[in-house]
Amino acid sequence: MIIFKRQTTEKTMQWLFFTIAAASIVILIMIMIFLFIEGIPIFKKISIINFIFGKYWYPTSSPPDFGILPLITASIVVTFLSSLIAVPLGVMTAIYLSEIASTTMREIVKPVVEMLAALPSVVIGFFGMVVFAPFLQETFDIATGLNMFNASIMLAFMAIPTICSISEDAISSVPKTLKEASLSLGATHFETITRVVLPAALSGITTGVILGMARVIGETMVVLMVAGGAALMPSSIFDPVRPMPASIAAEMAEAPFRGDHYFALFATGIVLFIFTFAFNMIADYISNKYKQSGERV
Amino acid sequence: MEKTLKLSSQNLNFYYGTVQALHDISLDFYSNHVTALIGPSGCGKSTFLRCINRMNDLIPETKVDGKIIFDGQDIYAHSLDVVLLRKRIGMVFQKPNPFPKSIFENVAYGLKVNGIRDKRLISETVEESLIKSALWDEVKDRLYESALSLSGGQQQRLCIARALAVSPEILLMDEPASALDPIATQKIEDLILQLKELYTIIIVTHNMQQAARVSDFTAFFYMGKLIEMDDTETLFTRPKLKQTEDYITGRFG
Repeated sequence: MIIFKRQTTEKTMQWLFFTIAAASIVILIMIMIFLFIEGIPIFKKISIINFIFGKYWYPTSSPPDFGILPLITASIVVTFLSSLIAVPLGVMTAIYLSEIASTTMREIVKPVVEMLAALPSVVIGFFGMVVFAPFLQETFDIATGLNMFNASIMLAFMAIPTICSISEDAISSVPKTLKEASLSLGATHFETITRVVLPAALSGITTGVILGMARVIGETMVVLMVAGGAALMPSSIFDPVRPMPASIAAEMAEAPFRGDHYFALFATGIVLFIFTFAFNMIADYISNKYKQSGERV
Repeated sequence: MEKTLKLSSQNLNFYYGTVQALHDISLDFYSNHVTALIGPSGCGKSTFLRCINRMNDLIPETKVDGKIIFDGQDIYAHSLDVVLLRKRIGMVFQKPNPFPKSIFENVAYGLKVNGIRDKRLISETVEESLIKSALWDEVKDRLYESALSLSGGQQQRLCIARALAVSPEILLMDEPASALDPIATQKIEDLILQLKELYTIIIVTHNMQQAARVSDFTAFFYMGKLIEMDDTETLFTRPKLKQTEDYITGRFG
């Protein structure tokens, strides 16, 4: 009797957890389907090629232009520039924290870096708008401080905590015996870090970098506030730009429901989704592929 | 064989935080001889071994007092260059720990970090070291494969080759065969007997037969203290202290 009862509880618990897990996955899949249903109709009006490679985004003029190349370019360039800043800073901070800093120092610095991740993006955007933009405008004597450069810097702030904390985990999990082996051969601390620790942690660091970039490319509020908003092909890093998320967020409210503009914005969402999805897949692939060689020591 | 003093520990104490792990260890090591450190787990023999190349420096909140004199110089003196010391005193670890690099790169690593750029010299030294560690015949056709593709015993001989490549004077071995099967163990033991012609070897082992087979001198550690040290034959056949006798006859530990 008791045995029977226990089995029933086990089964119930299994079902309960399965249902909960399934529910969240199903909802996510439904959102994805919705995204595609609402986005695909635009391709009756304009071919996929013209949509992606079209240079003009004038969704409200007549006839409207739905070319999102300026938006894609803006997203890619902003992501690239911010990575250029965030990767060295994030990775070097991670190296410092896991290999060089004293225990006390680590206990102070690590929470601070993680707190940076907790900063609401609107606060970062606000800072970029009110403090950094006027500074840029005056220093470089340019028309507006709200531009690609400003957005890249602010987004770098958002990517650093992700890159740093994932890299730090990767570096800390390099087996101590490898470091000892290196030191025992007369390598300096620095040589040990660059020749043994970093190569062994590379897959984890790469994962961190890509997830940080995924965060940047999908970030909306910061680019909406500081990127300047011009849907034009940029010609210098001080040009205002309009990355994909900013465009969607700014225009969705005014686009007529289920009109062409509305569909075009959803289609932009599909493109953005493909980007972030690809970043996550790459991160997943890298962390799985190189996992074993890193651990098998 | 004539005995030349190579390294000598003088009244060495070692602390992990407030816990004293080594008590007043005074022990001499002679050139071209093998000295085995035996004793039950936690007796401090590995800690002592790691004091010799200052590997314990990596552990926070440890403290050393006393001296270890190596070629007339105290290795704990402030002016001493630890990196140089570790080049002169090589180490082989308990578990084989090759770098996740190619076989060649593993052996070449120590040369490269010590500033050797000459490619020909590097490949000659790699070959020579692999020959000395009795691994050359098994790996000469696959030098650029990952070291992780080798078996455990081969990995350990690779780690020995890697240590030999930087031409150390002393080789510290921390239970080098404890993770290996009997055949691989025998290869390592044969190797130790060959290597003592060229190096001074200090080996930590749990295996008393191993100590008896490979070493010239044996030191018995217990509870962080050096209980008895003698030439191996005397220690195993006519130990002076009852504690040693109990341990080597398997009555405790």
